[in-house]
Amino acid sequence: MMARFEPIIGRYMQLDLFGRPHRIYVEEAGEGTPLLCLHTAGADGRQYRALMNDRRVTVRHRVVAFDMPWHGKSSPPAGWHEEEYQLTSARYTDMILTVMSALGLEKPILIGCSIGGRIALHLALEHPGRFRAIIGLQAGAHVDPYYDLNFLHRPDVHGGEVCGAIVSGLVGPDAPEAERWETLWHYMQGGPGVFKGDLYFYKIDGDIRSRIAEIDTRRCPLFLLSGEYDYSCTPDETLAVARSIPGSEVTIMKGLGHFPMSENPDAFLGYLLPVLEKIAG
Amino acid sequence: MLEALKERVNNDSALVRRGRFLSTTFLLEVGATAWLIAIYEGRIVSVTRGPFVMPSSSFALRAPADEWEKFWSGRPPPGSNDLMALIRRRVLRAEGDLKIFMAHLRYFKEALAKLRPAGASA
Repeated sequence: MMARFEPIIGRYMQLDLFGRPHRIYVEEAGEGTPLLCLHTAGADGRQYRALMNDRRVTVRHRVVAFDMPWHGKSSPPAGWHEEEYQLTSARYTDMILTVMSALGLEKPILIGCSIGGRIALHLALEHPGRFRAIIGLQAGAHVDPYYDLNFLHRPDVHGGEVCGAIVSGLVGPDAPEAERWETLWHYMQGGPGVFKGDLYFYKIDGDIRSRIAEIDTRRCPLFLLSGEYDYSCTPDETLAVARSIPGSEVTIMKGLGHFPMSENPDAFLGYLLPVLEKIAG
Repeated sequence: MLEALKERVNNDSALVRRGRFLSTTFLLEVGATAWLIAIYEGRIVSVTRGPFVMPSSSFALRAPADEWEKFWSGRPPPGSNDLMALIRRRVLRAEGDLKIFMAHLRYFKEALAKLRPAGASA
């Protein structure tokens, strides 16, 4: 039997980030308008596998997803073994803009989920001219810690087991079993302290509540899609963001959770495709 | 109703296998009613209803009865579908030595979800 290859091409990119050399894994599929995809905390670009395999998306979009340093197949920089990983707003922003330049992504559509949805709000505020449109999935302005984050990174608690178990309830009830457990597997594969380091941005450094009202959707259209069952970034929190940003468009996705593109791709595409149509004009 | 926990957990061989390094006793409070649940190597040994004079447990999970009722429904509503969702809404209080709870979090989530109607997912 012949192998059936997916249309996704993955490559490693040598890139200087924050003044240090990095080896970054990047995947892409399709041709057309660039669609840059940002994964959630503690996971990697595989969350966008369904978008890259869907002709309805790839026929008009160059879909690109990279694994952030420390995540997936992207290595941490040399010297990592003596450091504590912590994602900050400044570094996250710098990373995204540098990757865009390196890959020649001119005015991409940006789609980001969770921490990716949060940084999408930062980018909508600070760099609206760099994007054709911004789509925030599970995007809230702030989340208070609701459990002791230290449990995510201590040698006497298995990091993979606890990270997967922490987020398992964030998957919506209608997710197909295979996609639910694929999504959780990515969390179980994360390196020690990486999910926790991402949550430094999500729960502490990336708080944008005091500034979201300054986002100007005339400079860059903003779409917000949030899953009904997400208790990390709740529908109410996304609706609050939408209310404070004139011109933003918000949809609450029934039955979906915190990882819509990965946990239930078919249901998610039903919400995403009309947004892409609208952006195409 | 909590008595059913023993049989339902112990009949799930995959869940028992995942809990094989877990032996502890924890306290579960459903409103004013307290239960002590003893686990040995992933199998539920006993489910005992209070009141207790001096209950010993590694940790306690405490929530109002109506919150557990929603959690144990066939399709829990958003915010009630997971122990972490209840904790996030500050209606479930987890107290004590939570390292045991967190190290075996998947086990505790799936074990307590066993009290949902048959066929409902964890």
